Amino acid sequence: MKALNRKLLRDLWHLRGQVLAIVAVIMGGVATLVMSLSTYDSLVETRERFYAEYRFAEVFAYLERAPEPVAERLRAIPGVERLETRVVAGARLEVAGFDDPITGRILSLPDVGEAGLNRLHMKRGRRVAPYSSDEVVLSDTFAEAHGLGPGDRIAAIISGKRRSLQVVGVAVSPEYIYQIAPGAMFPDFKRYGVLWMGRTALAAAHDMDGAFNNLTLSLARDAREQAVIDRLDQQLARYGGTGAYGRADQFSNRFLSEELKQLQTTATIFPAIFLGVAAFMLNVVISRLIALQREQVAILKAFGYSHLAIGWHFVKLVLVVVVLGVAAGSALGAWFGQGLASVYQETTFRFPYLHYRLELSVVLIALGVSALAAVSGSLVSVARAARLAPATGMQAEMPAVYRATLLERLGLQRWFGAPTRMILRHIERRPLKSLLTVFGIACAGGLMMVGNYQKDAIDFMVDVQFRQAAREDLAVTFIDPTSGRALHELQALPGVEYVEGFRDVPVVLRHRNHEYRASVYGIEPAGRLHRSLDRSLAPVRVPPEGVVLTDHLASNILHIQPGELLTLEVLEGRRQVLQVPVLGITRQFLGVSAYMQREALNRLLHEGNVVSGAYLAIEPGREAAVYAALHARPRVLSMVANVSAIQSFYATIGEFVLFYNLVATLLAGSIGFGVVYNSARIALSERGRELASLRVLGFTRGEIAYILLGELALLALAAIPVGMLVGVGLIGILVQAFENDLYRLPLILTSANYALGATLIAASTLISALFIWRRLGRLDLVAVLKTRE
Amino acid sequence: MNQSNAARPVFTARGLTKTYHMGEVEVQALRGVDLELHAGELIVLLGPSGSGKSTLLNILGGLDVPTGGRVWYLDHELSGADESELTRFRREHVGFVFQFYNLIPSLTARENVAAVTEIASAPMTPEAALELVGLGSRLDHFPAQLSGGEQQRVAIARAVAKNPAVLLCDEPTGALDSTTGVRVLEVLEQVNRELGTLTVLITHNAGIAAMADRVIRLSDGTIAEIRANADKTPARELSW
Ligand SMILES: Nc1ncnc2c1ncn2[C@@H]1O[C@H](COP(=O)(O)OP(=O)(O)OP(=O)(O)O)[C@@H](O)[C@H]1O
Ligand SMILES: [Mg+2]
Repeated sequence: MKALNRKLLRDLWHLRGQVLAIVAVIMGGVATLVMSLSTYDSLVETRERFYAEYRFAEVFAYLERAPEPVAERLRAIPGVERLETRVVAGARLEVAGFDDPITGRILSLPDVGEAGLNRLHMKRGRRVAPYSSDEVVLSDTFAEAHGLGPGDRIAAIISGKRRSLQVVGVAVSPEYIYQIAPGAMFPDFKRYGVLWMGRTALAAAHDMDGAFNNLTLSLARDAREQAVIDRLDQQLARYGGTGAYGRADQFSNRFLSEELKQLQTTATIFPAIFLGVAAFMLNVVISRLIALQREQVAILKAFGYSHLAIGWHFVKLVLVVVVLGVAAGSALGAWFGQGLASVYQETTFRFPYLHYRLELSVVLIALGVSALAAVSGSLVSVARAARLAPATGMQAEMPAVYRATLLERLGLQRWFGAPTRMILRHIERRPLKSLLTVFGIACAGGLMMVGNYQKDAIDFMVDVQFRQAAREDLAVTFIDPTSGRALHELQALPGVEYVEGFRDVPVVLRHRNHEYRASVYGIEPAGRLHRSLDRSLAPVRVPPEGVVLTDHLASNILHIQPGELLTLEVLEGRRQVLQVPVLGITRQFLGVSAYMQREALNRLLHEGNVVSGAYLAIEPGREAAVYAALHARPRVLSMVANVSAIQSFYATIGEFVLFYNLVATLLAGSIGFGVVYNSARIALSERGRELASLRVLGFTRGEIAYILLGELALLALAAIPVGMLVGVGLIGILVQAFENDLYRLPLILTSANYALGATLIAASTLISALFIWRRLGRLDLVAVLKTRE
Repeated sequence: MNQSNAARPVFTARGLTKTYHMGEVEVQALRGVDLELHAGELIVLLGPSGSGKSTLLNILGGLDVPTGGRVWYLDHELSGADESELTRFRREHVGFVFQFYNLIPSLTARENVAAVTEIASAPMTPEAALELVGLGSRLDHFPAQLSGGEQQRVAIARAVAKNPAVLLCDEPTGALDSTTGVRVLEVLEQVNRELGTLTVLITHNAGIAAMADRVIRLSDGTIAEIRANADKTPARELSW
């Protein structure tokens, strides 16, 4: 081995503590990068493969009812490759031993053979037998949640008629990878199930003999999706079509896309922070190393080593650190990635299989980005070493130049003893470095806050949604819009405390060239159960004769302001096109909605006192009785119970939150400890001589520790508020990045979260301080006196 | 100054040995040193490089502990004292001057001295100490703004400001030219004379021995010679 390389290894060994600290920080960045990118790759690829393999359709449409021959005309639309009609029915399900209401969605399968589109991946059992009248296949989430499988029986109330069904198989469909009940806010595998049944049997149960109410199609190679959708809408209008839509608006697919977008954000923001901090740390360490090796560098140059050779020598040192960090980070990232991918697979991305793959390109990206950050971070000091003239290098370095600090010049010096002045002057001598140190430590606190934010945000959203806005215990939907008299019947049920009716109508909302498919909800103007909230999240009265919109819907989707007219294209009944003024803006974090007074909506639709369903408050403890009474009513289509929805939601995301918190804490801890320990080590190396001299003069270990650790404590203290700002900033970025119509994250900062950020900083400082304290005990007093520096 | 009027020696060493272990190799830095140093004396320690001068001085100053033998400061035994006792000993009784000054770069001359007087029990003021070494006009200069000789004089002021009983100097003129070196020696001589501080001075320069009350010559870890100086030459008249 060449002498210079041997020197490299010795230097690395000598600096092992600091090298380890930097490796830890690079590792953090690379781990997040690799974790997010590999999970992203794996999910995208699995999704594409699954979609292709199981022929996920490209355009979807619901309608009221059309005779089967209509399908032939639709197939003639240019651009349609394959079109399949189906019967889809909403239902209530009953599983023996489970009393809560269950909402079901039953889709038809061809009577013979496999479907051409949206094929099922059978996980267990078999497909439905040809023309069978009572066999069903269950979606895997539902089957799993209830422990159901082939051979079990369940009951379904379809169009008011109760049927007993025979489970023959369990399957996954590309259409329902992410499942959520209509009107529900969270997935609830126990209380929402998707089922597949033979076409003839379902049509008979749902009054759809020789007709269909749903279709899906795939597009020819160079077809324009929008053109096909437009033609489809034209032709389906008279059959009660509610508007066709593409994959981008298909609920399950949309949700997956939003999740994937999140992963991409994670893959950029967080590694950027880590690698920035690592670059700074490397810069500090390398400058210090070069300062210590002035003489050696000068001698090497005097021997005839070129600038380039010297520069390359130090760059190699940096690269060794980078390679170590990237290797460790890739391993950790692959481990995290596998964890994350399987958590995803269990909760949201219910793919039947998942190929976790770590592409070499991801590791290379990580390596490239880290090397770039690290080398650019240390380039200035390396260049300084290369430029060092041999003669200057061999002269003793002059004592570092200090001056009285601002505080002292202001006349405050009599308050400070010599040790305190040493601290202040040292900080002020290199303000940029001190600032960067503070910022580096602050990043750790900020990251900690981001990791914990998720849970706070979810708690807050749940609180707003269920304790402020939708406060009902149960939302009941009728099969068809029904006379408001039905509310009295509900009110009369034992155990029902209070009833509020609602009317919801599917519409397309239009303003200029912006449009959005949604439901307009007619609710009670000053409802006790279901309320709309203003921007400060206080309940507001829905004004008469107008509509109030969720802020995101108004400003980001429809670009409409209060006072302007909104066009409502009703998608049911007489399909009116109406103009309604926007009279208010409401705040909501989950979904977006348009609210009106129910009376006003009824009037607008030229109908009497009509409700689509009702919100119920139930006396505590009497839920089961109320459910049972409602089960007995054929006109009840579905029931959604809030409390159980929240509980099951927390059960599903619990794992997610735990995983994120674990990862965030680990990473934040590694940055925090890395920066603090590193700057303390540098300080010790720069000032070890000074401190040893003081020890010789009779200062105790505690007294010199005060000088060194006092500075550290001061920087850490300054980092706490900065860290909080960084945390708020990062959370702000997340809030911005994840704004979509499915959900918006609230900018919510709990004092517990602030405290957590501060605690992380304090803890990393304390641990580093302990290490330094031990080193101060080993300070060699005699050696200092012998050498110049 | 005079051996007979000191009731008890300031330092007493008996059979002092010091062995350094460097892996397989053992280095015998001191091989049985017996010694008595008295209040007010000015001692010059001579000897070839590696003869154990610094080792001896460091043990006397409580920076290091002997491997064998015993050493007392007045009636306190230093051999076997623990780290915090040695720290207290240095803090209360010893002033050090080093070859490389070792000033705190972030403190001014005055503050460098104050750093020590702040933790001493009966110090002189930093201003008085600096006046003593002739730097009364350089109080607020930082080390980077002082010459080597001036830095060394600040170091001496720092060492004597707490009125120590002993002043230990390891090659204080080693990094200085002859004229500046003489200036520094004059200060040491003055401190010794005016404050009566027992001063031990290590040097490679046999010429400097002329200013001592006694000259101790070390050779290979043992005392080769102790010579009392009948008539001392004032530092001012030395040159090399
Ligand atoms: N920390 C140490 N580890 C190992 N050996 C040491 C150590 N310190 C001193 N020695 C050895 O002890 C012996 C005496 O060293 P010391 O420093 O006392 O010599 P010195 O007389 O002061 O020499 P110089 O005039 O060169 O300063 C030397 O041989 C030296 O190599
Ligand atoms: Mg020596």
